[in-house]
Amino acid sequence: MNEAHLDKTALLSLFEGMLLIRRAEEHLRDAFARGSLCGAVHLCIGQEAVAVGVCSQLTECDWIASTHRGHGHFIAKGGSIEGMLAEIGGKASGICQGMGGSLHVTDVSKGMLGANGIVGGGLAIATGAAFAAQLDGGGAAAVCFFGDGAASQGVLMECLNVSALWKLPLVFVCENNGIAEFMAADSINAGKIADRAKAFGMPSTTVDGNDVLAVADAARVAVARCRRGEGPSFIEAQTYRIRAHCEGLEFVGGIEWHTEKLKEWTSPERDPISRLRGVLISQCRCTDADLEAAEARVRAQIERAAAFAEASAPSDPGLPLRLAASTAE
Amino acid sequence: MAKKNMLQAVNEALVEEMERDPRVILIGEDVEIGISGDTRNLVARGGPQRVRNTPICESTITGLAVGAAAGGYRVVVHLMYANFIYTGFDAIANQMAKLRLMTGGQLNLPITVLTVYGGGCSRGAQHSDSPHPLLMNLGGVNVLMPATPADAKGLLKTAIRGDTPSFFFEMPGGSSGEVPEDDYTIPLGSADVIQQGTDVTIVTIGSTRCAAVEAAERLASQGVAAEIIDIRSLVPLDRQTVLRSISKTGRLVVVDEARQRCSAASEIAAMVAELAFGALKAPIRRVAVPNVSLPYAPNAEAPLLPTAERIVEAALAITSAQAERRHESNA
Repeated sequence: MNEAHLDKTALLSLFEGMLLIRRAEEHLRDAFARGSLCGAVHLCIGQEAVAVGVCSQLTECDWIASTHRGHGHFIAKGGSIEGMLAEIGGKASGICQGMGGSLHVTDVSKGMLGANGIVGGGLAIATGAAFAAQLDGGGAAAVCFFGDGAASQGVLMECLNVSALWKLPLVFVCENNGIAEFMAADSINAGKIADRAKAFGMPSTTVDGNDVLAVADAARVAVARCRRGEGPSFIEAQTYRIRAHCEGLEFVGGIEWHTEKLKEWTSPERDPISRLRGVLISQCRCTDADLEAAEARVRAQIERAAAFAEASAPSDPGLPLRLAASTAE
Repeated sequence: MAKKNMLQAVNEALVEEMERDPRVILIGEDVEIGISGDTRNLVARGGPQRVRNTPICESTITGLAVGAAAGGYRVVVHLMYANFIYTGFDAIANQMAKLRLMTGGQLNLPITVLTVYGGGCSRGAQHSDSPHPLLMNLGGVNVLMPATPADAKGLLKTAIRGDTPSFFFEMPGGSSGEVPEDDYTIPLGSADVIQQGTDVTIVTIGSTRCAAVEAAERLASQGVAAEIIDIRSLVPLDRQTVLRSISKTGRLVVVDEARQRCSAASEIAAMVAELAFGALKAPIRRVAVPNVSLPYAPNAEAPLLPTAERIVEAALAITSAQAERRHESNA
């Protein structure tokens, strides 16, 4: 473990970042259960370390493209919670003015090119953003988050090829959460996902995706390589999906393997937030009061954002045609 | 003015736009050599960073264009043959056409896709489609179908400078024409009335212009005065020019190289039926490709395309009574 990682302030910031995602998503989970959301939400509860660990190595000048499970990436890249909750509420004050919803939360000003409803849809977009960054020559990087499901989309092979060929400043982050929709990841992917990148001569590493420090370390190495102009890297971060594919859907039949894994991955030994809490207390001399203060800040932020979203006006139904401009004529 | 074919005019527009704006880039298969001529010599003008051969991977090329445009570049994508739109279609339909809306206007995507379409050259079914109707139906992208070299240059420049994804359909053959040397643009959504007439309006789409001009000559010899409108741009569509013409002629033939079912001709016919029903004196006729793929053998392919003969036949069918009257009054 890198010494810098044991800096208390830096670790607290990772902790608070993960907590913010967790609490925002718990809020969404409950709102969905109450029937107060208009559309589907795909939650990343339990996977927060991947988003936070990777984005801790990026600046606003760097790009990310995300998945259908994108709230964590959006928040970790600096997207506003107010804008996100209002967006998912279908409000005019939403980050996409209510035009995108949960599946498309985007904040271009923060370098967040969007969650994506198409599995693997972000791969080529991130590759293109990396190409733009390379042409700019300013040292910016792009990260593509994708899942174990997208790992078997053909476009991944194409993007690995072209990014390696052009030495693009790109990091492929496969967030392997063990389940693609309702299929076990190893039932639909042959071999090891991380090995796929090796065929293109690209550095590839597998990390414990629930260890935010391990993720941050791997991302630090990969992003530094991008910035030196040495080309793309691949990280497979192994984690587990705690919630259903999307809220409102439950597993049905033949799910013993999932029940077992769920027990294991929700334990304090595996949960990314509990684990970092342990490190903070045992190695950074954090007190319960420090952690409670972080909890309180996060809670207040979510409450503010939820109230903002609630009080916001509904989306403008005239906006789609105005945005389409000439192409709707 | 120099005479050029369409691909030379496209090349000229690309050179000028790359010199005008350093953020214009060109990607695609074989663009460095530019086998058909439209992208030839651009590496020398724009540099190897801005003009790049991609691997043969259309799903990535179209998505990569989206990312590079989001990153601030004006991206020209060469998709070689229009059938390759299908292999790159996910990023076209799900990303390129939708991101502006889905992001609430955060992203503009200045992307121009160049591609060669149409039959008549024995290229076989997988290299001769005219998939512009598919793109018209997406919403969110412009669809441009110039028929002359001069229009190609002016429309392409407008597309490259615009902030909306545009599909620009090129004709590899076609006749040469005068192309102004100067820096001019043609607004999208402006049809061109290339011949005035009073008896029937013939709306042509891209490659069908040539056959329509020939058809109009034959019709004239039979006493039918056709007005020809080269639509030039399908999205946006210049409705007013078409409707004005219908109010004069009361008759419409629309000519399209797409398959007839759900063709651009169908859309134009529906538009006229909705907005100018009262002005119509006869049923609208579409002249398009029957609902089959184009075969290889020239003798089997040619009759499926919208020929002058088929256009004349359609026009006479809806003007015959008038043609007869004219004939009588002249006698």
